[in-house]
Amino acid sequence: MDGIHDMGGRQGFGPVRYTLNAQAFHTTWEVRANSLYGFALRRGIFNMDEYRYAIERMDPRHYLTASYYERSLTALATLLVEKGVVTSADLDERAGGHVPLSAPGVAGRSNAPVREPFRAGDSVRVRADYVPGHVRMPAYIRGKTGVVVSESPAYPFPDAHAHGVEALDEPTYDVRFRTEDLWPNASESALVHVAVFQSYLQRVA
Amino acid sequence: MSDRDRVVHATATPQQRIEAIQAALDARGLNASAAVEQLDDLAQEQWVPQNGARVIARAWVDPAFRERLLADGRSAIAELGIAMPAHHRHLVVLENTPNLQNVICCTLCSCTAFTVIGLPPDWYKDFEYRSRVVRESRTVLREMGLDLPPDVSIRVWDTTADTRYMVLPMQPPHTIGWPEDKLAEIVTRDAMIGVARL
Repeated sequence: MDGIHDMGGRQGFGPVRYTLNAQAFHTTWEVRANSLYGFALRRGIFNMDEYRYAIERMDPRHYLTASYYERSLTALATLLVEKGVVTSADLDERAGGHVPLSAPGVAGRSNAPVREPFRAGDSVRVRADYVPGHVRMPAYIRGKTGVVVSESPAYPFPDAHAHGVEALDEPTYDVRFRTEDLWPNASESALVHVAVFQSYLQRVA
Repeated sequence: MSDRDRVVHATATPQQRIEAIQAALDARGLNASAAVEQLDDLAQEQWVPQNGARVIARAWVDPAFRERLLADGRSAIAELGIAMPAHHRHLVVLENTPNLQNVICCTLCSCTAFTVIGLPPDWYKDFEYRSRVVRESRTVLREMGLDLPPDVSIRVWDTTADTRYMVLPMQPPHTIGWPEDKLAEIVTRDAMIGVARL
């Protein structure tokens, strides 16, 4: 989905709020939010792709104003309700207030019908797919051309794995893009390497 | 429905929500409370940048290890007893040179090799870093205190799959010959993310 979470290349954000030795956690509930999501993941209540998709389905206003671990706990609460482990009413009652949940999901998709193996040095184009559900193709590479640098082991296909759709594991390719191609005349020169699933790619003749 | 009948629930605080989730899991017999204390400890005491620092120090003193690390990061760090979650199937180690700076990010969420370099710092998860580092990396690094000379090119690595990355910083020349444990002390998390040089 072309959601608010897809931040790469968006303009208007100011300087990074950088501090030396910055912390991962700021309060104890953040530690616990991280552990509870880890617990549910280890128990097999949901997988990482479902978790990421549940964050992406948050109301955009909430997403933008929530801290990282509030996004995490919102996805956790959403998935526990969707998987039938708890009810929304039970959570509200126990919390003594409303526990916000993400919007419902839509249908996922399986692997691309035609997939090609690629090798280092191959020129590839990212398919111009507009996917309503979960997808791990950042919008800034959609339709763009890059060069395959290497191949990673096969992973579950996220567009299916986040939705309980049957699919084959597939390789991801490390694809190198030039910022000049990604944002012509509107970026600083650098190479951007993106891990791209095979289904998102087609060969450039 | 008249206004009198309308029930308006204020949003619970994150703390209240967390407690509610944990209690609800316990009530379902899942024993979350017993398990999360151990996970709290893992997150705060075990998944720390000192793991990655040991890897980097070893790579600086042991050329054969460095080669194995660059070829297959996941097996090489296992030699030092450092594990990764099952879904991180691949660790790619990115070697900096005098003319190349590697930087890692995750524009879609905030993925990292957290068991190796530690859970990500707050700024890594902020929208400013996620939106800008792929598009204007040189300016972002400069704002963060790393002013790279023009002859240093930049490669940004966006963690969009479950392959994980870490940067192998250059060893500072004045530390050549130091013992491995002393070298590990100078390696920072931010240098392994690639936003600082040592």
